[in-house]
Amino acid sequence: MTRRRVVVTGMGVVAPNAIGLSDFDAALRAGRSGLRHVPRLAELGFGCTVAGVPEGADAIAEAYFDADLLMAMNSNHRFGAIAAVDAWKDAGFARPDPADDHVFWEAGAVIGTGVGGLDTAGERLVPMTDAGQVRRLGSTIVEQVMGSGVSARVSGLLALGNQVTTNSSACSTGTEAIIDGANRIRQGLAERMLCGGSEGASHYIWAGFDAMRVLSRRFNDEPERASRPMSASAGGFVPGAGAGVLHLESLESASKRGARVYAELLGGALNCGGHRGGGSMTAPNPESVRRCIAAALADAGVDPGEIDAISGHLTATGADPNEVEAWTAALDRAPGELPPITSTKSMIGHALGAAGAIESVACIQMLRGGYVHPSLNCEDVHPRIEPFAGSIPHELRPMPRLRTIIKASFGFGDVNACVVFRKWTGEPGLGPRSQEDHA
Amino acid sequence: MTEEKILEKVVDILKPYAKDANALANVSLETNILSGLKVNSARLVDVVLAFEDAFGIEVGDDDADKVETVGDAVRLIQGKLA
Repeated sequence: MTRRRVVVTGMGVVAPNAIGLSDFDAALRAGRSGLRHVPRLAELGFGCTVAGVPEGADAIAEAYFDADLLMAMNSNHRFGAIAAVDAWKDAGFARPDPADDHVFWEAGAVIGTGVGGLDTAGERLVPMTDAGQVRRLGSTIVEQVMGSGVSARVSGLLALGNQVTTNSSACSTGTEAIIDGANRIRQGLAERMLCGGSEGASHYIWAGFDAMRVLSRRFNDEPERASRPMSASAGGFVPGAGAGVLHLESLESASKRGARVYAELLGGALNCGGHRGGGSMTAPNPESVRRCIAAALADAGVDPGEIDAISGHLTATGADPNEVEAWTAALDRAPGELPPITSTKSMIGHALGAAGAIESVACIQMLRGGYVHPSLNCEDVHPRIEPFAGSIPHELRPMPRLRTIIKASFGFGDVNACVVFRKWTGEPGLGPRSQEDHA
Repeated sequence: MTEEKILEKVVDILKPYAKDANALANVSLETNILSGLKVNSARLVDVVLAFEDAFGIEVGDDDADKVETVGDAVRLIQGKLA
């Protein structure tokens, strides 16, 4: 069976430095940080008192969603639903009327979350249950704490009738969702899939990471400098929140309806290091990282030499140098020949289950605009990354010929996800043109 | 509290849950909360909790189960307040 081609025909993003595609594009180009001091974290004695929280999302949610829905939508639901609705509309579809019984049987969703509704659990479920007030919890707890709550919410808003699920693979969740949804379209089981990830803004989500001492602690007074991927002074990641959703579509479906196409999802791969060979619950097995990147290239049918830019996982922990070395090995490049490598987390922190999805939206914005966004706060490049220093854009790097970008995400559990996107160059108005002649 | 006053408060509480704004605007004691106002049945639990908070009453599960129309709710609340 010939594999069907998958294209990106819509996107939505709720990020700490911007909400919506055009402002996100401006933020990426400008290297705008979305990291701010969070007084509550200081009050609670967190080592890290900086976070990336989308601003203005509640006002958008109130404009988008009915009052009774809002009562059952925690921050995870709000971010995910805004991004999904925006992606749907961006793809050219109107929001369905709740009274219309039409179901889009050909469209589904894989919208993942890393941790989920801990704000609901921490603020209501646990204290009220412990106080003997179970009866007064009301009807809205389950849908906000169940793992699949965010995709379930989206399916109701958009009348989705294909597979609707929430995946969870820690910090690789968002990228995994995109690959899983694309595979469903490739197999002919769906025509359109809303894919991505969402993560709420809650100190309950971040506390465990703070206790592990994996969060940034030394730049609390300078929030915009606190996320320092690839830097010698990197001291942990800055927690973030938000959502990113791609509207993936079969090329047939997109052609048939004359859809605007942003990019083709050429391929991707998922694997796990088995907590062996240096891998563990919290550290990646370096061989599994290299294998995942190589498998993504093979799945995409792309030669390593065709990769024009890298969107790293690059969280600003001690794992960054290992990651850069893995990219070099997997792409078979000598130091100095590595394509530009950038970290979106330098601006927005680490949005955990949403990270790979928000960063994939960034990849496609970069393909559309022909640039690589700046990677902030690594003027003092880590000594082990020094040989690759020329590949790091400290400022906006225009790349009019940017064509193929690779994105990876790695997560606790030793899991990896890697995806390859290519800019779409079909003639507008004439429908997508074959891209087979690139070689 | 007069029946009119109670009805007014009940309608106010139902407002965010009612999917049919027209039916809410023309509400009467006979209006069915689920089929008439198109309130999601799962949310009845929250509506009853809101009655408890608004009127300072307690509504047992058996009483709550009997509420089908707006009038049922008004009479239940009236009874509790008496």
